[in-house]
Amino acid sequence: MYRSNVLVCGGTGCTSSNSELIIQRLKEEIKAQGLEKEVNVIRTGCFGLCALGPIMIIYPEGSFYSMVKPEDIPEIVEEHLLKGRIVKRLLYQETVVDDQAVKSLNETPFYSKQKRIALRNCGVINPENIDEYIAVDGYKALGKVLTEMTPQEVIDVMKASGLRGRGGAGFPTGLKWSFAAANAADQKYVCCNADEGDPGAFMDRSILEGDPHVVLESMAIAGYAIGASQGYIYIRAEYPIAVKRLQIAIDQAHEYGLLGKDIFGTGFDFDISLRLGAGAFVCGEETALMTSIEGKRGEPRPRPPFPALKGLFQKPTILNNVETWANVTQIILNGPEWFRSIGTERSAGTKVFALGGKIKHTGLVEVPMGTTLREIVEEIGGGVPDGHTFKAAQTGGPSGGCIPASEMDVKIDYDNLTAIGAMMGSGGMIVMDDTACMVDIAKFFLEFTVDESCGKCTPCRVGTRRLLEILNKITSGNGTLEDIDRMEELCYYLKENSLCALGQTAPNPVLSTLKYFRDEYIAHVTEKRCPAGVCKALTNYVIDPEKCRGCTLCARNCPVGAISGSVKVPHVIDTQKCIKCGACMEKCKFDAISKR
Amino acid sequence: MKSLAELQAIRDKARAQIGLRSEENVEFRVQVGMATCGIAAGARPVLSAFVEEVAKRDLHNVMVTQTGCIGICQYEPVVEVVSADGSKVTYVKMTPEKAVRVVNDHLVNGNVVTEFTIGAGSN
Repeated sequence: MYRSNVLVCGGTGCTSSNSELIIQRLKEEIKAQGLEKEVNVIRTGCFGLCALGPIMIIYPEGSFYSMVKPEDIPEIVEEHLLKGRIVKRLLYQETVVDDQAVKSLNETPFYSKQKRIALRNCGVINPENIDEYIAVDGYKALGKVLTEMTPQEVIDVMKASGLRGRGGAGFPTGLKWSFAAANAADQKYVCCNADEGDPGAFMDRSILEGDPHVVLESMAIAGYAIGASQGYIYIRAEYPIAVKRLQIAIDQAHEYGLLGKDIFGTGFDFDISLRLGAGAFVCGEETALMTSIEGKRGEPRPRPPFPALKGLFQKPTILNNVETWANVTQIILNGPEWFRSIGTERSAGTKVFALGGKIKHTGLVEVPMGTTLREIVEEIGGGVPDGHTFKAAQTGGPSGGCIPASEMDVKIDYDNLTAIGAMMGSGGMIVMDDTACMVDIAKFFLEFTVDESCGKCTPCRVGTRRLLEILNKITSGNGTLEDIDRMEELCYYLKENSLCALGQTAPNPVLSTLKYFRDEYIAHVTEKRCPAGVCKALTNYVIDPEKCRGCTLCARNCPVGAISGSVKVPHVIDTQKCIKCGACMEKCKFDAISKR
Repeated sequence: MKSLAELQAIRDKARAQIGLRSEENVEFRVQVGMATCGIAAGARPVLSAFVEEVAKRDLHNVMVTQTGCIGICQYEPVVEVVSADGSKVTYVKMTPEKAVRVVNDHLVNGNVVTEFTIGAGSN
C-alpha cells in the first residue's frame, strides 16, 4: 500500500520539457531513500497548465510543483516525501498563500473557473493502467448501456443531452447516431476522428494521452446504439505518445474482455483498430478521412450520400471527434439533464480550448459553454504579457476567424461565434496582441490552406492560391483597393463552390479580418504602411537624430552595413540596403531607432 | 469481462490505490512526525500501519500525511489527529499496533484513545 502518489505529467508538452528525466530521477532518489514501497510515481496525462511544465503533483497533500528541474528532485524527495516538509519555494506560486498556508490547485485562477468533463481524468489517472480508469467509474457506462438500456434508449439520451460535435461544425451527436441506426446494413462502423489538424489545437491529443480508455468505451457504446461491431480510430502519426497509449489501452481492454466478443456476457461484440494518418489536414474532413482508412488517397467525396448512409466501405458509419467521445460516458452515467444544465441553451456542456499565442498561461482549459472570451483570456489565461494590449483572438484555426477586443464579452458558444464571423472549430485559441498584423495573420492561414488543399476541386485548388497571391500583393505594398474588393468576392465564391469544408472555410480568416480590421488592409494599400510594423516590405527603420548619441553600436551590429555615421554624430540607415532584421533596434541603448 | 460484478470488484480494489488523490471530504488528518527524531524512533512503520489500516477499512474521510518535528522529541513517534473542526489530539510513543487501535477507536468509532495521548504519557 502506497502512502503517497507522485503524479508527473507525461503529456507531449511536459515530455518535451523533459518530464521523462524527472520521472527517472524521482525513481532513483526514492529508491536511494528507501521509499520505493511507500511512494508511487505515476506518469499521467496533461494537467493543462503547459506553460509551467514539467508539472508534478504530490498526494495526499495535493502539492503542485511547477517547472520542476532534475536538480530539484533530491530536495523534493528528501524534504517532502521523506520528512513531510513541502518545498514551498518550488511550488506553483499561485498556490502559496503565505509562509504558512498553501491553497488547493482548484482555487487558483487558472483552474477555479474551469469545469472539467472531457478532461476530467487527465492528470488524475495513469493512462497506461486500465485499473485506474475503472477506479474512476470507467466502463461503468458501457456496462449500464449493455445491461439496462436498449439501443434506442441510448440514442434518445444522447439526443436529449444536446451534445454537439466538438470537432468544429457542432452537428448534434444524437441525431447523427439516429441516422446511422435507422439505416439497415450487414455491417456498420464507428469511427473516431483523432486527426487533429488545426495549428494550435491539441485537446484531442491530450485526451488520448491522458485518458485513452474513455474513447474506447464511448465508441463501444455508440457501436451498441447503432448496431456496429467494428470501430476505427484515425490518428495522425505525429502523435506518437497518443498512438502508443491508445494501443496499450486497446490491448488492456481486450485482456479484460471489454473489447472483443460477448462483452459483459451480453452477446455484444465490438472491436477497435487504429489507423495512422500521415498528417494531411484534409484527412480531418469526414469523407476524406474515411477514404484514407479505406487505403486510398485521402480526398473528400461529395455529400450526399452522407456517411450515416454510405460511409466507410460504403456502409453506414458515424464519425465523432475525440472530445465529443470524451463526453459520452459522462452523459450516460449522469443523465442528459445534468449535461443540459451546463452551458447555454443551444450549446450544452463544456468546451476545451487550447490557449496559445500572447498569453501568460499557455495551456488547455475546459470551460462551460457561454463563458466569455474576456474570462478565458484575462482570468484563466492570466492576460496578455509584457505590457501589451489584447487585439484579437483567433479561434478555429485555418477554418475560423478572429474575435476582436470589441466582442470580448460575447458568450462563447457555437451560434454566437458563427454570428460574429468566427467559428468554434476544434477549439484552438490563439491570442494576439498589438504587435500582430491582421493582414499577415490572414496570409499565414492562407499559406497553410494552399499547402493543404488536396487539389481535387478547382475552387479550392485555384481559389486559395489566387487569394494568397492577392494577400502577398497587399503585404508587399503593391495592392489596390480593387484588390480588396476582388478578394472579398473570391472568398464568397470559394465558400459556395468548394467540395468540402476545407475549401468552404478557407476564406474565413480573410473575411473575419476584413470585417473587423478593414482599416489595416486599407492602410497597407493606400498609405503603403503596416500599422503593426510586421510586413517587412512596408516597414522602415529610422534613427531619431535627437536621441542618437553616435555610439556606433547599431552600425557594428548591422549585418549588411546599412548604417553609416561617425562617432558622436547621429547615424543614418540606408533603407535601400536595410533588410529589416531589427538587430539595430534591439541593440540601441537610447531608444533612438523606431519602425515607421 | 463477463459480468458487472467482476467490474465492480476491480473498481473497489483499484479505488483504494488512487483514493489518496482526492482532497475532498477529509474529516481527519493524521499527521505523523517524520523529522529525524521521529524516523529514528520508528515513525516509518507507524506511518505505514496507518496507511494500510485506513486502506483496509476503506476510509475515504482520512488523509494520512507527514509533518516535521513539533519539538517533543522524547515522545516520538508522535502522531497528531486533526479533525475538520480544527481540534487536535496528540498521540505519543506510537507503534504500529497502537496505530491500528487509533484507526479503529478514534477514526472509525470516534473515541479518542486517551491512554496513548500526550496527556496520559506525562502522568
